[in-house]
Amino acid sequence: MLKIMMRRARKCAVVAAAGLMMMSAQAAEPIKIGSFLSITGPASFLGDPELKTLEMYVEKINEEGGVLGRPLELIHYDDVGNASSARNFASRLIRSDRVDIIVGGSTTGATMAAVPLIEQAQVPFISLAGAVVITTPVKKWVFKTPQSDRMAAERILTDMKDRGVSKIGLISGTGGFGSSGRTQTLEVAEQMGMEVVADVTYSGSDTDMTAQLTNIRNTKGVEAVLNFGFGQGPAIVTRNYAQLGMELPFYQSHGVASDSFLELAGSSAEGLRLPASPLLVPDSLPDNDPQKEVVQNYKAEYEARWDSKVSTFGAYAYDGLMLAVRAIEEAGSTDPEAVREALENIKGYVGVTGEFNMSPDDHNGLDADSFRMLEVQNGEWNLIN
Amino acid sequence: MLAEFLQYLFTGITIGATYALIALGFTLIYNASHVINFAQGEFLMIGGMATVSLTAMGVPMAVAVVLAVILAGVLGIALQRLAIAPAKQADVVTLIIITIGASIFIRGIAQLVWGKQYHVMQNFSTSEPIQVFGAVLNSQSLWVLGVGAVMVVALVLFFTKTLIGKAILATSMNKDAARLVGIRTQMVLMLAFMVSALLGSVAGIVVAPITFTSYDIGIILGLKGFVAAAIGGLGSGVGAVVGGLALGIVEAMTAGYISSDYKDAVAFSMILLVLFFMPRGLFGAKIVERV
Repeated sequence: MLKIMMRRARKCAVVAAAGLMMMSAQAAEPIKIGSFLSITGPASFLGDPELKTLEMYVEKINEEGGVLGRPLELIHYDDVGNASSARNFASRLIRSDRVDIIVGGSTTGATMAAVPLIEQAQVPFISLAGAVVITTPVKKWVFKTPQSDRMAAERILTDMKDRGVSKIGLISGTGGFGSSGRTQTLEVAEQMGMEVVADVTYSGSDTDMTAQLTNIRNTKGVEAVLNFGFGQGPAIVTRNYAQLGMELPFYQSHGVASDSFLELAGSSAEGLRLPASPLLVPDSLPDNDPQKEVVQNYKAEYEARWDSKVSTFGAYAYDGLMLAVRAIEEAGSTDPEAVREALENIKGYVGVTGEFNMSPDDHNGLDADSFRMLEVQNGEWNLIN
Repeated sequence: MLAEFLQYLFTGITIGATYALIALGFTLIYNASHVINFAQGEFLMIGGMATVSLTAMGVPMAVAVVLAVILAGVLGIALQRLAIAPAKQADVVTLIIITIGASIFIRGIAQLVWGKQYHVMQNFSTSEPIQVFGAVLNSQSLWVLGVGAVMVVALVLFFTKTLIGKAILATSMNKDAARLVGIRTQMVLMLAFMVSALLGSVAGIVVAPITFTSYDIGIILGLKGFVAAAIGGLGSGVGAVVGGLALGIVEAMTAGYISSDYKDAVAFSMILLVLFFMPRGLFGAKIVERV
């Protein structure tokens, strides 16, 4: 009897000792955050600020003592905007680097290429790309920080409705962003009982959209015009719009919400509205806005560290990293299932992009109100609501 | 109705005039050497980008334009001296591939020097559009058309009235015979590259206020210019102008009346049709094989 008890006690002691040893080993071991981003190549305007943000905040968190007493280690690769290399790097992050969580995927293409692998390997993944397909339908291990184009469409159409508009003219780019935005706009318009009476497109390399706009202008009943597009195209549309002397309310998408768009479109942009991140107007946010402090801090810290202008894309990475840190803290370990569950239950995290309220049915956690409606006045962004 | 048609026509003629200037550049080099210079679009980009960056540095617009055109001319000479001339024994296809390589190289350098952003250039004169029968015309379009016309007239005079122009023509007709009468054909080739670089950069500068400019603007405009030259008949000056205008107008009409989705498809079907029925293009020289 005594012997058995002794044996049991010894077993317990061994297990406890082994456990202790593991714990201390873990304490020294860093938490590995993996990332694949489009740091160079055509999507570098996304990946570059994202990497800078991740690097700078990993450094900062480590200086402040790390997470769960462990330092963070950032392992990142450059997918050059190429979906197949994104997949390869995701595989490397999972299999050879054995990361605890992945925060990355600058473009929808790169994200979607890596998703099957990540779902299979069961690693929590926070994507930094926009399209609605990433989290709809919900995938168990996949989360994302940017608002989807659907929310942008909702925000714009609601604003139009408030101005009494029910018939719109749509001009969209034929690229991925524009065509996805077009689909979402058509769907949302139908839901809201609005009518898209003119629907024209332009290709990314077009240098003059006067013909398409004339087409919209000559369509009877158009009360407002929306341009869904990316890059220099929307700036040309904006200029042509002004040249044609069109006076209808004009909207752009969040795809051009940056200062460089204002520079290109110049005075033609006067009066146009678009949904955007509060990051564009940090100082005009009302004082009771919970995001004001986060937004101002991120802008100040980023610009002080890198001496370049802050961008909304970097903010996606900021929110991604902070959500990951928060989930790991909440889970109390890096056990993938525990972290995933913690991520799924994050409520009320106030980030730069918006306030995140995740749930098992919503792995994005933002609503359309996280977009601020801006209007261009005197060549500057102005907060409308 | 009329206003609508006029609007599409204006759009088409403006962009068509740009295509025509680019097509002329292709024609010039083709005539002198039977090489299709795929770096033609890059001259266009250099013109626009250099003007933008010089004005940003505080250089007055007019001076910036002249400097940008000179820079492009020097680049044209350098392209011929450093890339084409060393391979003079190579056949035409090899030379064409060399120009593609050169265009990628120039674009790469431009990306390093000027970055990847798009840049704006102010309209030369007022930015107020002009109303014509209910259609709107960007004042810059008049500049594009005017400068295009001046360039065409200047080229015609250059080829018919000056010795150098005639030397280029002679070389294009028969290189060996031209050399026999004492024309330095390498020199002529270099001149052809320089003149076509000048043409390209001028086109790039006048359209920049309409299209914006960036390091990669030359790819698509260069390609469209080549299509225009092929429609008109490679080697024909008149063909280049007609081909450019036709391409621009067809594109604008398709975008306006049918759908912008089919715009490029119609443009490229047009080149197929033309080449199918008239393999040498609309104004291409009839080749007579002498025995």
